[in-house]
Amino acid sequence: MQVLNPTWIGKTCLLITLVTDTMLRNLVRLHSRVGHALSPPIVYPRSQALKLPLTLLSVNSKYYSIITERKKFYKDVSISHGEAGGMFEINLDQRKMKTPGGKLFTAPNEALAIAVANEWDTQKDTLKFYSMHMTTLCNTALDNPTFRSKDQIITAALKYLETDTICYRVEEPPTLVELQNNEWDPVLNWIEDRYNVVIGSSTNILGPEIPQATMDTFRQHLGSYNFWSMTGLEYVITQLKSVVLAFALIDKHITVEQAVLLSRLEEEFQIGHWGNVEWAHDVDLYELRARTAAGALFVHFSSESSTVKRKLMQD
Amino acid sequence: MASLASPLRLCRGILREIRAIKGLEYKQSLAYNYVLDQFRKNQITGERYCRAQEEALHASHSYLCLLTSTRQHMALYDMYHGKGQRDTEEMAGIVGLRLPTQPGGKGWEK
Repeated sequence: MQVLNPTWIGKTCLLITLVTDTMLRNLVRLHSRVGHALSPPIVYPRSQALKLPLTLLSVNSKYYSIITERKKFYKDVSISHGEAGGMFEINLDQRKMKTPGGKLFTAPNEALAIAVANEWDTQKDTLKFYSMHMTTLCNTALDNPTFRSKDQIITAALKYLETDTICYRVEEPPTLVELQNNEWDPVLNWIEDRYNVVIGSSTNILGPEIPQATMDTFRQHLGSYNFWSMTGLEYVITQLKSVVLAFALIDKHITVEQAVLLSRLEEEFQIGHWGNVEWAHDVDLYELRARTAAGALFVHFSSESSTVKRKLMQD
Repeated sequence: MASLASPLRLCRGILREIRAIKGLEYKQSLAYNYVLDQFRKNQITGERYCRAQEEALHASHSYLCLLTSTRQHMALYDMYHGKGQRDTEEMAGIVGLRLPTQPGGKGWEK
């Protein structure tokens, strides 16, 4: 992740000093807008004079750019078959799309390509990169900006199991305890049956004790996913803050809306009690839904292969 | 399970979202033709419980969720999100000052 260069900030203090504080605050806000170590898409990293004083940082940085919006510079989006073995490319007005790392953007199947193309098609006037979740996921899988191997991703994903949302229970208020038991226990039982593991829940502050056998089973299962699917799966786990819920979603046991609801169970409980704040709760809810849906779809497209077999009509 | 489990409702939902995005020429869009194609292809199956059909249904439900939630998120974002930082010249102008000009150019500019 791009680290803010302190000497650069020193230079910009030559500008009006009253701007500096708001600038730092806005930088933090922009960083949190991007959210995680996935890079927003840029098509052509040419040096444009952007209005924000972050120009120096964003244009010359290698991978990580804080450009969150840009003017729309194309009219039509289309997809085409690439040269190398069945890969699909995206064309914006006859020009081929590239990842932020400079590589040619290629999708392994048509469904993924169409989903990404649709995201670019959705944009009007300004491109809002923070709403293009499928594109971001594809770019991360293609560029691998954090240079992680599949095993490292699996380890990172399984780390969430020790502090899994589903396993962390409260002791009071009793209505919340009951709600957690009613909603979370079925999913926990499902995963324990499906994978033949022991997880258990706990009200302890340290969380549940996950036996090594469970970790091994999950590690072996995750090893069967390819790199792209693993990227998507780790993303879903990070968004939902729960390995159990992510597995339930990816195995198509629950829907995206249900997964998001279960992940935010305590928040929904508190909203029911104290009321809903649209500009915080709803924004979070829709953003979480969008990201989780994108992740689930990404895993589905990356790990499937479909063939059509025609049966002859016989009487 | 979910209330939108029927394929017809999912298909209609997705196409409605595409229409909301594209406007009038939504029928020529890539996504429209692809989605209709997929729904038609997965309709006919000889088995009573077809795993691939269930998977396709789940995927289309996820896609509908993606489209709706992105649209709703952007609507709320446009309504509530701050406008961001103003240009430095504007900022100075608000308090009645002007930016200093350096005829030789600032140190770090080419």
